[in-house]
Amino acid sequence: MKPSADLPSTKSPAAEPRDRGGPAQPLLIVEGLRKHFPLKGLPFTRRPVVQAVDGVSFAVKKGETLGIVGESGCGKSTTARLLMHLIEPDAGTIVFDGDPVGGLRGISVRDLRRQMQMVFQDSYSSLNPRAQIADIIAFGQIAHGRDATEARERAHDLLARVGLAPHLFARRYPHELSGGQRQRVNIARALAMDPRLVLLDEAVSALDKSVEAQVLNLLQDLKQDLNLTYIFISHDLNVVRYMSDRVVVMYLGRIVEIGEVEALYRQPRHPYTRALLSAVPTLDPRRRTEAPPLTGDPPNPINPPSGCRFRTRCPFAEGVCADRTPILAAIGEGVDHAVACHMDTAGSGHSKAPAAPVSSLEAAE
Amino acid sequence: MNVHAHFVAQLHGARPIADPAASDALVDVEDMTVTFRSRERVVHAVNGVSFSLRRGEVLGILGESGSGKSVTLRALMRLLPDHAQVGGKVVVAGHDVARLDESRLEDVRGRAISMIFQEPMTALDPVFTIGEQIAETVRRHEGCDRRTAEARALDLLDMVQIPSARRRLKAYPHEMSGGMRQRAMIALALSCRPSVLLADEPTTALDVTVQIQVLLLLRKLQKELGMAVIFVTHDVGAAIEVSDRLAVMYAGRFVETGTAIDMIETPRHPYTNGLLDSMLSGDKRGQRLETIPGAPPSLGQAPAGCSFAPRCRFAATSCTLALPEPTAFSPTHTARCFRMDTKAERFAMLADA
Amino acid sequence: MSITAAAPAISIPAPVAGKGYWRLVGERLARDKVTLVVAAILLAVILVAIFAPLITAHDPYVGRVANRLKPIGTPNHWLGTDEVGRDLWTRLAYGSRLTLLTGVTPVIVATLIGATLGIVAGIGGRVVNTLVMRTMDVFYAFPSVLLAIAICGVLGSGVRNMILSLTIVFIPPVVRVSESVTTQVRSLDFVEAARATGASLAMVIRHQVIANVLSPILVYATSLVSLSIILAAGLSFLGLGVAPPNAEWGSMLNALRQSIYVNPVNAALPGLVILITSMAFNLMSDGLRSAMDVRLPR
Repeated sequence: MKPSADLPSTKSPAAEPRDRGGPAQPLLIVEGLRKHFPLKGLPFTRRPVVQAVDGVSFAVKKGETLGIVGESGCGKSTTARLLMHLIEPDAGTIVFDGDPVGGLRGISVRDLRRQMQMVFQDSYSSLNPRAQIADIIAFGQIAHGRDATEARERAHDLLARVGLAPHLFARRYPHELSGGQRQRVNIARALAMDPRLVLLDEAVSALDKSVEAQVLNLLQDLKQDLNLTYIFISHDLNVVRYMSDRVVVMYLGRIVEIGEVEALYRQPRHPYTRALLSAVPTLDPRRRTEAPPLTGDPPNPINPPSGCRFRTRCPFAEGVCADRTPILAAIGEGVDHAVACHMDTAGSGHSKAPAAPVSSLEAAE
Repeated sequence: MNVHAHFVAQLHGARPIADPAASDALVDVEDMTVTFRSRERVVHAVNGVSFSLRRGEVLGILGESGSGKSVTLRALMRLLPDHAQVGGKVVVAGHDVARLDESRLEDVRGRAISMIFQEPMTALDPVFTIGEQIAETVRRHEGCDRRTAEARALDLLDMVQIPSARRRLKAYPHEMSGGMRQRAMIALALSCRPSVLLADEPTTALDVTVQIQVLLLLRKLQKELGMAVIFVTHDVGAAIEVSDRLAVMYAGRFVETGTAIDMIETPRHPYTNGLLDSMLSGDKRGQRLETIPGAPPSLGQAPAGCSFAPRCRFAATSCTLALPEPTAFSPTHTARCFRMDTKAERFAMLADA
Repeated sequence: MSITAAAPAISIPAPVAGKGYWRLVGERLARDKVTLVVAAILLAVILVAIFAPLITAHDPYVGRVANRLKPIGTPNHWLGTDEVGRDLWTRLAYGSRLTLLTGVTPVIVATLIGATLGIVAGIGGRVVNTLVMRTMDVFYAFPSVLLAIAICGVLGSGVRNMILSLTIVFIPPVVRVSESVTTQVRSLDFVEAARATGASLAMVIRHQVIANVLSPILVYATSLVSLSIILAAGLSFLGLGVAPPNAEWGSMLNALRQSIYVNPVNAALPGLVILITSMAFNLMSDGLRSAMDVRLPR
C-alpha cells in the first residue's frame, strides 16, 4: 500500500499552498448563523417556526478539531448542513480563510465545497446503493471535470488510505460492506475532494465501540498526515473529549459554552454543561450515579423559552433569566472560554452573578 | 446462600437436580441455542447460553451488534420469527417457555415476564392513548373493571415519574417526548406486575440527560418491586449503572460473567479486555486507542473452537480446536478462555515470545 | 506516522468480483424459480404472437359454420372452434398480437411520459410540483375503467383510440409513483453528499437520482401491463376497442359468451389466457421488485 503522489503528504501548515490568511487567520469564522424552519400550519394563521439554529457564532482555528456537542434538537446537525450550504441560512456570514462565502468579493459555494467536506452519520443512506464503491468516491472529482479514469485511480489510492484493500472493495456495492467499512468509504469520499476542513457529523455514532475506536484512530492519523482541520459533531461526550481541542456546547439552537476541551470538561461553567457532563454513565461500579442531574426532556424547539433557553430545566433560574437572553462572553481577559449565563455576567441581576463594577451599572442605566 | 455461587454453579451445569436453590430461580436457562434457518442461509445466533436469575437480581448482557444479545432476550419470551429454532432449556417463572401453547404464552407474557424496547414507538399503539393502552392491558390480564384499571394506569404513570400524570393518560404516543414515551412504555410493561423484566437497549436512543433518568428509574423500580431484570446493551456505562452482574456476549456465547466490579477491575477474557480498552474516557486524550482488530465472525456455521480466536492476539493453536469451557476465578467470576492469565501476565508472555 | 498505521487489519469477507448492478439483478432473477416460470410463459406468449402464421394451419377469419363449437381435441382443431367454426387456437394465437399491442403500448408510452413528468415534479420546486400533481389529481378523480370508456366513447372505437385512451388512463398513476420515489430518493443522505462535493444539479440528478428512481418505476409499469391487458379486453368486450372479425381476446370472449351453454370450455378459453397472461405480468413485476432490491439478502 503506497500513498499516491497525488495525495498531499505530511507537511507543515505553512506548506499548504492554498493558505491565504496565514496561520493566525482562523480557517472558518461563523457569525450570527440562523435558520428557522416554518412548519406547516393552517392557512392565514401564524405558522409555528422551529428555531433550529438561532444566532450561532464561532471560529475554527487552522489545524484544530472543534467539537460540537449537544442533545437532539440542539441544532448541531443543522449547523453542519448550514456550513456546507446544503440548507440556505436565513442569516449569518461564513468566512473561509479570510474569504467571505457568497457575495461579490467572496468565494462561491462551489469553491467552499472544494475545501470543506462532510462525513454523514448514517453510513448506509449516505452511499448510493446502485453505485460501486470506487465510483462513489470518484463522483465528486468527475463532477468537477476530472478525467474519469484518473478519478477512479485516485479512488483506489484513497481506499488504501482509509484501510480498505482496493482490489477487494473498489467494485463492491455499499450493501456488501459492514458499517465500519462503509464509514471508511464515506471518509474516503470526503477526502477525494482534497478538503482542508472536514465536517464529521456523528460520524462514529452508529458504530460498535470496537469499530468506533478503529475509525477514530484512522481519523486522527488522517488529520495529522493530510494536515486537516475537523469540526467533530457528536452527542457522545467521551468521544468529543477524546477528539477535540476546543468544544462548543449547544442547547436549543444556541451556544451556551465554548472553550478549551480540558478546561471545559474539568471546570464547566454553564449549568447545562455541568448537567450534561455529570449525566454520562460512570465506568466505576463502586461509584454509580445516585441522582440524575436534570429532570425532564429538552423542550421542544418550536416554542423555545424566552430569555435563557435552559432556564426551564435550570436549578438556578431566576426572573432575569426569563427576561433577558444571556450573551456568550469570555469568562476572563484573554481566556479562550466563553459562557452564556447570567450567573457569569457581572451585574446581570442574577443573585449569583459577580458584583458589577459601578461604572458599568451606571452605563446600564 | 451466595447468589453468585449459585449463578456459577448454573454455568457449569454442576447443579444437582434436587438443589433447593433451583426452585427460586425465576429465569433458568440451560444451553440455549437459537438458529435461524431460511431457504438461503443458516445463522447460528445463540450457541449455548446458560444462566439463572433470581428475584431481585439484575443481569446486564453486554455485546456488540450481532453478538446474539437481543436474540437471547427475545427467546426468553418466544418473540422470534417462525424460522427460528430454539434449543436447550428455557424456564421463566416456572413456565417452560419453549413448550407453552399460544394462549398460555399470551398469559405468561405481560404477567410473568414483560419487555421494554429501544424504540417505544414500535411497542406503543399509535391510535390509542397511553391511559387506554395501560388500562386495557390491566383489564385483559386481571379482569378488573374499567374504573379500577384506569386508577391503576394513573398509579403506574406516577410510579414511572411522568409529570402531570392525569393529563398524560389522555396523550397519544406521538404527542410525548422520547423520554416520556420510554417511561410510558415502562409503565405499560409493569402494568401486570411481572416478576421478570427484559430490557432491550431501552436507553440507547435517548439523550444523555434523559438516559440517566431512565436508568436510575429502572434501578429504583427494580428495587421497589423486587423484579429480576435482564438488561441488554452495547453501552458499558449504562450496563454498570443498572446491573449487579454482567455477562459479556460474543458470537452467541457468554464469554465472561461476573459482578460489575469483577469485569471492570479484573477482566479476564481478551474480548472483554479489548472492549474496555476501546472505551473512551477522559484520560485517553492524545493516546492511540487500543482496538480489537478485525470484525465479528459470520454466524453461518457453529464455531468449533473459541469464536474470538481469529481476532485474539493471545490465541494459540489450541484455541481454534476446542471450545473453552467456563472456568471460575472466584465464586462470582468465570470466563471461557484457554489463556486465563490477567492482562499484565499475558502481555509479559507476549513480550517473552 | 507511517501510512500503514492508518490501516489496521480488518477482516475481509470473501473477495467478490465486481458486478454491474443489472448483472446482479439478473443473477438474483435466475435464482427465483417462480419468476423464471412466469418469464417462460411470457416469452411463449410473445413468440406465439410473432410467429402466429407459422404455427397455425388455419386462416383466423375463415370458418365453416358446420364446424361450429367443436370441443377441445377435435382432429385438425386441437383447441376446438368458435361460434362460426373458426379454429380457436389460430384465433387465440393471432389475438395475442392485438392483446399484447394494446396491453403493452399504452404502458410504455404512459411510462415514458409519466416518469418524465413525475421526476420533474419531484425535483422541481413547489410551483412545478403543485401544477403537475394537481393536474393529475383531476384525472384521478375518475375510476380508471370509466375514464377509459368515456375517452373511447368520445374518440370512437378502434385499436388506435383504445391505445390512446389507455395511455391517458395510465399516465396519472405513473406520475404519482415517479414523483413519490423521486422525492424520497432526493431526501436521502447520499444525494446530499453528492451535492456537498459541489457537483452540478444536473450531474447529481443524472448519476444519483435517476438510477435509483428507474427501477421502482419499471416494477410498477410491469404491474400495469396486466391491468392494461384486462382493460383492453374489457373495452373490446364492450365493443369499444377491437371490432370483429379481428381476433382479440376480449372481443373473442364477448362473441363466445352466447355459446356458454353449448360449449362452456371453449367460451372460457379466451378468459383463461387473459387471466394467465395478466397474472404472469403481475408475478413478473413482483419478481423484478425483489430482484432489484439489492439490499434484501437472498
